[in-house]
Amino acid sequence: MIRLDNLTKVFDTPDGAVVAADHISMEVPRGEICVLLGPSGCGKTTTLKMINRIVRATSGKVFLDGEDTSGLNTETLRRNIGYVIQQIGLFPNMTIEENITAVPRLLGWDKARYKARARELMDMIAMDAEAFLKRYPSELSGGQQQRIGVARALAADPPVMLMDEPFGAIDPINRAVIQDEFLKMQAQLNKTIMFVSHDIDEAIKMGDRIAIFRQGKLVQYSVPDELLSAPRNAFVESFLGEDRALKRLNLVRVREVVSGELGTVNPGDTLATARERIDAHGYRDAIVMVDDHRRPIGVISRDTASSRQGYCRDHTRGLPAIVQLDDDLRKVASLMFAHDTTWLPCVDETGRLCGQITQRDMTHHLGSRYRSHRREPTANGEQPRGD
Amino acid sequence: MELLQYALDNLGLLGTRTLEHISLVGVAVGIATLTGVPIGIAITRNERVARAVLYLASIIVTIPSVALFGVMIPILSLIGQGIGYLPAVIAVLLYSQLPIIRNTYTAIHNVDPALREAARGIGMSHGQRLRMVEIPLAVPVIMAGVRTAVVLNIGVMAIAAYIGAGGLGTFISRGISQSDPRQLILGAVAVSLLAIVADYALLALQKRMTPKGMSVSAATA
Repeated sequence: MIRLDNLTKVFDTPDGAVVAADHISMEVPRGEICVLLGPSGCGKTTTLKMINRIVRATSGKVFLDGEDTSGLNTETLRRNIGYVIQQIGLFPNMTIEENITAVPRLLGWDKARYKARARELMDMIAMDAEAFLKRYPSELSGGQQQRIGVARALAADPPVMLMDEPFGAIDPINRAVIQDEFLKMQAQLNKTIMFVSHDIDEAIKMGDRIAIFRQGKLVQYSVPDELLSAPRNAFVESFLGEDRALKRLNLVRVREVVSGELGTVNPGDTLATARERIDAHGYRDAIVMVDDHRRPIGVISRDTASSRQGYCRDHTRGLPAIVQLDDDLRKVASLMFAHDTTWLPCVDETGRLCGQITQRDMTHHLGSRYRSHRREPTANGEQPRGD
Repeated sequence: MELLQYALDNLGLLGTRTLEHISLVGVAVGIATLTGVPIGIAITRNERVARAVLYLASIIVTIPSVALFGVMIPILSLIGQGIGYLPAVIAVLLYSQLPIIRNTYTAIHNVDPALREAARGIGMSHGQRLRMVEIPLAVPVIMAGVRTAVVLNIGVMAIAAYIGAGGLGTFISRGISQSDPRQLILGAVAVSLLAIVADYALLALQKRMTPKGMSVSAATA
């Protein structure tokens, strides 16, 4: 757990004192990623760097796991905090092994132990130990170097990690891959992490909580969904962007929106039966056909069911697309747009049909947050809408 | 042809003088490295001190070597060492300070701030940072400074023959005083060759001392 108590930094410049961080108080619960977000010069990096004293705090305190760190020796403090920076900062004169065992060696681990740890770390970041441990940083690609940077920070298994725009210098495709890998690792490791970013999408993806900074002040500190649905003021609103409702699509899983009731037909049913069920469920355009294991295998359109005779198996159309319970709504929306449809069947982990998701369900789900958060009537006289 | 014959006839003497020359420059630059590198590292901690030290070292280099020898004769005469080995070594020691201090200072000063931050961030003390990161990275540039000092001072040391320090300069001074072009040219050629050979030898050493990861990057860059 990380707790900041009135952490303040004042820089003395020729033009007078500049308050880079102004009485920042916040708490990151154990095992969570907190993203510090804001425009450049907002104080997010200064705040992060005061935690491991790369920047000396003018006043205020930092607590790690409830312990006031001001009594700790600076080197000891830093060796117990993983630190990843945007420029990566691998030591070019050291091999990959020497780089990732730097902290264990500083801590005086014996050779067998830190060598074993190096291999363990390479496994963790999915890089081949044999191929890479004896090589030098300059022989690696940017993405590989940043993975090593993360491994170095994790080497002594610190409970807390500070990451300063760690994936900022990596191209977008590799960045997404490394972000996913990192989240997967974090699910196992449960580190308490402070993560500086200026990218709202990265913040939503990585953060369990997001802290928005502006001009040295902490403006809003919330979970991503609340931040997006209830920005505290005009600055946060504009920083999040006009499309912030769309960004929420990333945060919601199909599981939360799916409606379980879904009428189906079997290949052996007649089209008349299909027609009856379409009417009974009030479907506008089609009904899903499933096999014996309830796996969706096609659809019968309303037109076909009402205009033709015979068995369903002979009159199916292919499924537009299928979504999984753990897909996010952004993917669902994208599939709906791509297939010009307002609903999609949803399957569970075993591939069995477990419901459907409709555009209406999605807008309703997202909208319910806005309705509950809606503030005063807006300036142009629009009234708050309730249900 | 005549020159070659002379050189062959005096091969023993040539060898002795060359060894004298090498040992004079070697001892002087060796001591200069032992003093200059720590000074260069120390002044990275304070920019004002750094400017003052580098300024002083630059001034020393502007003093003509003959003048420097002249100044040292009365001073060192007090301990009975007015001429000969000691003033020659001291002069070269002083001249070597600038390239060695300056290169050390520049190399340490120019270590990528991101590396320095990473080193601090993982909990290295100032001494550990120097030993594990900054000095290894600075070695090629420091060695380049030593090389400059050696080549520069092989020339300076030739003049030290006038204060009886020996070395290859003896051929030149005798050549002039005895109006013997053979000795004069032999001395001059030998000094030049020695400078060239020393330069290449130190370059090879510099490459060997460069951390492996850095030569890899130079090769791929």
